[in-house]
Amino acid sequence: MKAMGRLLPTPTLSLVLLITWLLLVRSIAPGQLILGAVLAVVIPLLTRGFWEPLPQVRHPIKLARFVLVVLYDIVKANVQVSLLILSPKREPHPGFVEYPLSVKDPLTITLLANTITMTPGTVSTNVRLDRSSLLIHVLDMHDEQALVREIQERYERPLKEIFEC
Amino acid sequence: MNLYLLAEAVVAFLLVAGGIFAFTGSLGMLQFKDFFMRLHGPTKGTTLGIGCTLIASMLYFTVTQGEFHVQELLITLFLFITAPVTGHMLAKTGLHMHLRFTTGTRGSVPEFRDEDVGQSRVARPAKARHPWRSRRQKRRGRLPR
Repeated sequence: MKAMGRLLPTPTLSLVLLITWLLLVRSIAPGQLILGAVLAVVIPLLTRGFWEPLPQVRHPIKLARFVLVVLYDIVKANVQVSLLILSPKREPHPGFVEYPLSVKDPLTITLLANTITMTPGTVSTNVRLDRSSLLIHVLDMHDEQALVREIQERYERPLKEIFEC
Repeated sequence: MNLYLLAEAVVAFLLVAGGIFAFTGSLGMLQFKDFFMRLHGPTKGTTLGIGCTLIASMLYFTVTQGEFHVQELLITLFLFITAPVTGHMLAKTGLHMHLRFTTGTRGSVPEFRDEDVGQSRVARPAKARHPWRSRRQKRRGRLPR
């Protein structure tokens, strides 16, 4: 069991790699399975130095719900931004917002920043290295407080609950 | 036959919608006035554009060839991973180069402290470890470095 742990330090990553490989070659022939398994073992071992210890997913169901919410928001974001681009009369009011971070884990911050970039009218531009705040550029800003509150309610709280950090 | 007709309609709709979204995303680059606003077009408009096209492709090949095509999911996955990261990198570069904003930009960019720019006040791991050699040395009783 201990040898197993040494060979597969991150089982989830290995599984994802194996599935990715099988999808890439589009076959489940024995040869590809073996090659995929070898890659799934070797790649995590080679890249081990880069990984910070990752937090555990505590609530898979909440994670699934979060993904669905984000997907819905991505569609909404696309429609909103497209409308804004296509209607030249409406002048957008861009602005910067400094968003106070309450999560501290690198992976969670990364997920939050990526989510913010993918969703309506916001692009995350800078994380302070002490992880205290995230600078966000907003395409069309009306109410700064409402925006911060929405991000907190919609994205940060679920992420915090999922990883419990 | 009816199923094919339905699938065809859905594929056509997705392709057209995808094309429109990709186009408006690119149009945003032309329309918006400063660098940071232009960033919003490619990070969002194109995501859904490509997403729609990929779903259409998945559906088309699944229906016509009678077997599941899920390869496109990988493209979506890679896109969703890379698009926000490149957006973030570009925005950060823009901040550091002090690019100008359009008049009327609300809020202000805070002055950067050394730590934020990455001029190393932050403890870094002293030396990158070699993937396998360090362990062997440790086992021999010799600690690396």
